[in-house]
Amino acid sequence: MNCEKYIIRQISLFSENKPGRLAAMAKACQEEGINILAFSIAEADGFGVIRALVDKPDLAHKKLTELGFNVAFTHVIGVEMKDEPGGLYQIASKLADAKINIEYSYAYSGKDRAVLILRVDQVEEAIRLLLDNHFTIIASSTIH
Amino acid sequence: MHCWDPRIEEMPLEDLKRLQFKLLKTLVYRVYSFSPFYQNRMKEAGVHPDDIASLEDIRKLPFMEKKDLRDNYPDGLIVSDKEELVRYHVSSGTTGKPTVVGYTQKDINNWAESVARGLASAGIGRGDVMQISYGYGLFTGGLGAHYGAERVGATVLPTSVGNTERQVELMRDLRVTAIACTPSYLIHIGEVAEKMGISIKNDTLLRKAVVGAEPWTEQMRIRIRDWIGVEAYDIYGTSELSGPLFSECIQQQGAHLWGDLIYPEILDPDTHEPLPPGQRGELVVTMLQKEGLPIIRYRTGDIAALNYEPCTCGRTSPRLERLTGRVDDMLIIRGINVFPSQIEHTLLGIPEIGEQFMIEVDRTGALDDMLVKVEIAGDSFSDKITDLMKVRAKVERALHGALNVAVKVELVEAGSLPRFEGKAKRVIDRRKL
Repeated sequence: MNCEKYIIRQISLFSENKPGRLAAMAKACQEEGINILAFSIAEADGFGVIRALVDKPDLAHKKLTELGFNVAFTHVIGVEMKDEPGGLYQIASKLADAKINIEYSYAYSGKDRAVLILRVDQVEEAIRLLLDNHFTIIASSTIH
Repeated sequence: MHCWDPRIEEMPLEDLKRLQFKLLKTLVYRVYSFSPFYQNRMKEAGVHPDDIASLEDIRKLPFMEKKDLRDNYPDGLIVSDKEELVRYHVSSGTTGKPTVVGYTQKDINNWAESVARGLASAGIGRGDVMQISYGYGLFTGGLGAHYGAERVGATVLPTSVGNTERQVELMRDLRVTAIACTPSYLIHIGEVAEKMGISIKNDTLLRKAVVGAEPWTEQMRIRIRDWIGVEAYDIYGTSELSGPLFSECIQQQGAHLWGDLIYPEILDPDTHEPLPPGQRGELVVTMLQKEGLPIIRYRTGDIAALNYEPCTCGRTSPRLERLTGRVDDMLIIRGINVFPSQIEHTLLGIPEIGEQFMIEVDRTGALDDMLVKVEIAGDSFSDKITDLMKVRAKVERALHGALNVAVKVELVEAGSLPRFEGKAKRVIDRRKL
């Protein structure tokens, strides 16, 4: 099975934890017509990592790098989940049983569906496992 | 092993000490008798030449520093009769007056002799073509290296600095085998040659470089070796001591300091107490035979360490390890001397971060806190917070190990720290003492 089509390139920005950095990133995306579909911020003492799914990852990488951000691509997957109690549990428990570790995760709840973005330690195994269990994984082509 | 002057270079240390004591005694009597400056200084310090009864008694003598040369501009410190002088060199001071050094014929001879011993110890001699790409003129680099290279019988190509393309052409066409220049100019020559389509490694015979006059690192030595196929040897000297004087032998384990010419001390920059061999401190120098402008316990401001172990090349003289900074840059953190250059050196070995850094020092209560800001390198960073925390912990551990003092590290974005052209100001000290 070809897992490639399910692998989404998330952009990750290393950012100092100070006022204006998120605004600078968001302004650049607006100016370039880059749509942010989902994003999260992880913070540590003094710095943070901004992670985002955008529709034009290469353009975002180029523009944000020009602005002086450290930008990296990270491979994540997006899984549809039921927008009701127990939706998250169904996915998390499957991964737990298979001993696949979720390094980090965030989610968005859209008009017709909720989507869980997952960064896991075994990407292809996770894709196979979730497909075998009849979950819907977002194809990267629907985002980029 | 081919010693240029085996009598001195292989002299047993005990004999060398006897020779040094004799030379010191002569020097002190001479300056006391003929120089109002030195006589006044010694009287102020309450020391008479008769008080120098052993080599260790050198510690009774007062220090000299750069300021003394400036304050006595142009020639107040010159002891020889003016007609005995055969040359002046002048170093332009970035602050205040320049410093003038006068040389007698014997000074010029000893200088050339010192460089000659160093070049021979690196295997440079008859049959070599040596390009001198240090500036000629008031600066001591060009002429200093030039006289030494001629003395060992090398064919000298006095290109001085500048017009690098022509330097590369001449290097290739005249089959240059050795060069004397600053390490950064050597790298520049390599880059210019590459642009011209000339490979130093394959298209020229250049194999040895005697480099100095600015700080450089072991990493640069390796880069020069791998990239252009040239072995680089460190050379040390400042205009006050004559110019470039002491260089590394083929072992590349520190510059040999010839005991008949120099008596080096490594002192704690604050207490002026001598430090044990191997420990870093301020290099304080007495030039044992200098006539025109005697140099006695001159505080060079350079931070260095001495290695008294006999060199595997067989030479007995102590070796000066590569300079690690300037006394002016030194910070005292919780009583421990810290040099920005140590931090620079440590960071070079950590691929996850860039080369730039800033040091911020604060005092919380009675304790000093040192914060080092470093940049995350390019786009190769992991976006996992735990990985970034590991990088930070790794840098903190490496710095703690190198400095012997606990350091807090802050990761900042690439390109966000200030860049410096020329002298870097990497320390913000907010302690109110």
